[in-house]
Amino acid sequence: MVRTWLCATALAVAVFPVRAQDAEVEKLRGEVRELQERMQEVEKPRAAGENAFNPAVSLILQGTAARSSQDPADYQITGFAPSGGEVGPPPRSFSLGESELSISANIDPYFRGQMTAALTPENEVEVEEAFFQTLALGGGFTLKGGRFLSGIGYQNEIHQHAWDFQDAPLAYQAFLGGRFNDDGLQLRWLAPTDLFLEFGAEVGRGREFPSVAQSKNGAGAWSLFGHAGGDIGASTAWRAGLSYLYAKPENRAFEDLDSLGNPVTQSFSGTSKLWIADFVLKWAPNGNATVTNFKLQGEYFRRDEAGTLAYDDSAQSAPQFGTAFSGTYASRQSGWYLQAVYQFMPRWRAGLRFDQLDSGTVSNGIIASGAGPTATDFALLGTPHDPRRTTAMVDWSPSEFSRIRLQLAEDDSRAGVTDRQALVQYIFSLGAHGAHRF
Amino acid sequence: MRTLVALVLAASSWPALAALNIFACTPEWASLANEIGGERASIFSATNALQDAHHVEARPSLIARARRADLVVCTGAQLEIGWLPLVLTQSGNPKIQPGQRGYFEAASAARMIEVPQRVDRAMGDVHPAGNPHLHLDPRNVASVAKALAQRMSVLDVQDAGYFLDREIAFQKRWQAATLRWEREAEPLAGMPVVVYHKDLSYFIAWLGLREIGTLEPKPGVPPSAAHLAELLASLKQTPVKAVVRAAYNDPRAADWLAQQAQVPAVVVPFTVGGTDGAKDLFGLFEDTIARLKAALR
Repeated sequence: MVRTWLCATALAVAVFPVRAQDAEVEKLRGEVRELQERMQEVEKPRAAGENAFNPAVSLILQGTAARSSQDPADYQITGFAPSGGEVGPPPRSFSLGESELSISANIDPYFRGQMTAALTPENEVEVEEAFFQTLALGGGFTLKGGRFLSGIGYQNEIHQHAWDFQDAPLAYQAFLGGRFNDDGLQLRWLAPTDLFLEFGAEVGRGREFPSVAQSKNGAGAWSLFGHAGGDIGASTAWRAGLSYLYAKPENRAFEDLDSLGNPVTQSFSGTSKLWIADFVLKWAPNGNATVTNFKLQGEYFRRDEAGTLAYDDSAQSAPQFGTAFSGTYASRQSGWYLQAVYQFMPRWRAGLRFDQLDSGTVSNGIIASGAGPTATDFALLGTPHDPRRTTAMVDWSPSEFSRIRLQLAEDDSRAGVTDRQALVQYIFSLGAHGAHRF
Repeated sequence: MRTLVALVLAASSWPALAALNIFACTPEWASLANEIGGERASIFSATNALQDAHHVEARPSLIARARRADLVVCTGAQLEIGWLPLVLTQSGNPKIQPGQRGYFEAASAARMIEVPQRVDRAMGDVHPAGNPHLHLDPRNVASVAKALAQRMSVLDVQDAGYFLDREIAFQKRWQAATLRWEREAEPLAGMPVVVYHKDLSYFIAWLGLREIGTLEPKPGVPPSAAHLAELLASLKQTPVKAVVRAAYNDPRAADWLAQQAQVPAVVVPFTVGGTDGAKDLFGLFEDTIARLKAALR
């Protein structure tokens, strides 16, 4: 049918080439075009969503080659209770980082699901995130459930491979064990305004630092956060936020050394309240980040803890005290970091980060009572120390799926010792094109 | 009583006054939505002509705009995959999720070219559904306009007549303009060019230009010194008439190659707003053709 039409049209054009007026030629051309379009419509491919029905699968490969003047195995942040997370520099020499496997898809018109598993170099699988998220709640509400990176702070929700430095800021390491990803529920509400205004609340089990997993009904930790953001002209975008995390740890235990160098167990029970103020500012000429761009990011943390501290060295064969002590414990500690990353030409970025923690005021009832252990028996909590770290990095990204980074740091996390670190890191991204958070 | 009637009247006419809120991913679709929607659509463009729609961030301002949108008009074919999915899931807006009526992909109505037989990232940032820069073929714009007008009519039934009338008027002007451009651009047929990214492929295929090479070694990979040297050497064998780049591309590599090869470097708008001449979709094509023809002289 179409062919006959085409033939007829072609014939018509061929037979009356001389007489045909411009207008007629135009008309015939139009008809031919229409037919061509109709034919094309038949051939039209159907645009498929995320890999038809298969979920989007992506894999991140990471690894480091590192040197450090101090042994990463005895890393500690003096003045702060160990957070039990993945803190400290990577192991010396060659080392595999966490390989992140991420699978996501819409479940149905109402829900979306995502899982990110970290395959650790110690041959373990860690579920970093596994959550459902509503798509159809409406009114600006989104509910998330499962295990997810908490919405508190700025960097907390960003996956490790998208960080601008190989490791987390000291404040994240000291106050959140690197990041906070509880099991629970999150409700977010986005205001219907041109200014980005978002509020969120989370309740969770409190399975990790600053809380500790307990067999108890009800929530072990909860948080509130609010973020605002927008553009300044076409070149600059910003976001700022304030967050609060409340946890009630019960027997949050860690091991420390007493004045004789013997291990003792200390444990904290009480309340832990953490405030985070965060901001990020991104600049690119006309908002086109492909050639040059700049990012400034900073966060301030303040934590108040109050409760009781237990001190027990009775498990040792030759204990100094041989009996358990308990006393009131209260601390107010803080920390902040500021980092800037500049892409000075396509593929190349350079960055600088400054970290500082303030061990603040600590009142330790066991020491105050004078009945047993003294400040020297609390190597970690009894030594006032303000850890600092300066980190510089340069990275090269041959494409948006690969990145190789050189990072140097001078780290005074341990009291009286400076750790000089150098590392080369690779980050490769396979599979589905993941979208990155702002 | 009279006030009551007035109130009821005002209330009943209220939905007609409320414009269809459209979130367009790129300026060309914002412009097309404006051709159809006129004053009964309120349109926001997520990107400007100097930005690369591949590499936009899911900025807070975009999430805030998507929150209130009735319709998202994007290219699809994974052009916006690096940011749009995040904007949509964080928007808390069920109307604009993929699969809903408020989510429109131009690629679903267009004829795609350069659909890869196999996809492998070793080929660069290739798109499984084909080259996503589909708006530079005016015939695609026409078919997208038709589909978009239908979608807008479904979403805003009260203004359906208004939208469809405007679409018919647009199609008439567009049809005539397309024929005019085809005639005006006859000298461009066979014109050999080097382009920056494979973002002019539809235009090149439509008017029969010849793409000899790209400044990017692979799609999405920035030009490297080694690749540019290789390209320059190959231009000795196959000379070109111009090195063409879009307004949003980095000028340095294109200018360098043009200078070395002693051919003009041509900046084309690529989308609405890319040059002063590209004020709307008509200006976009007119200016692109004029700039390329100027390079022939």
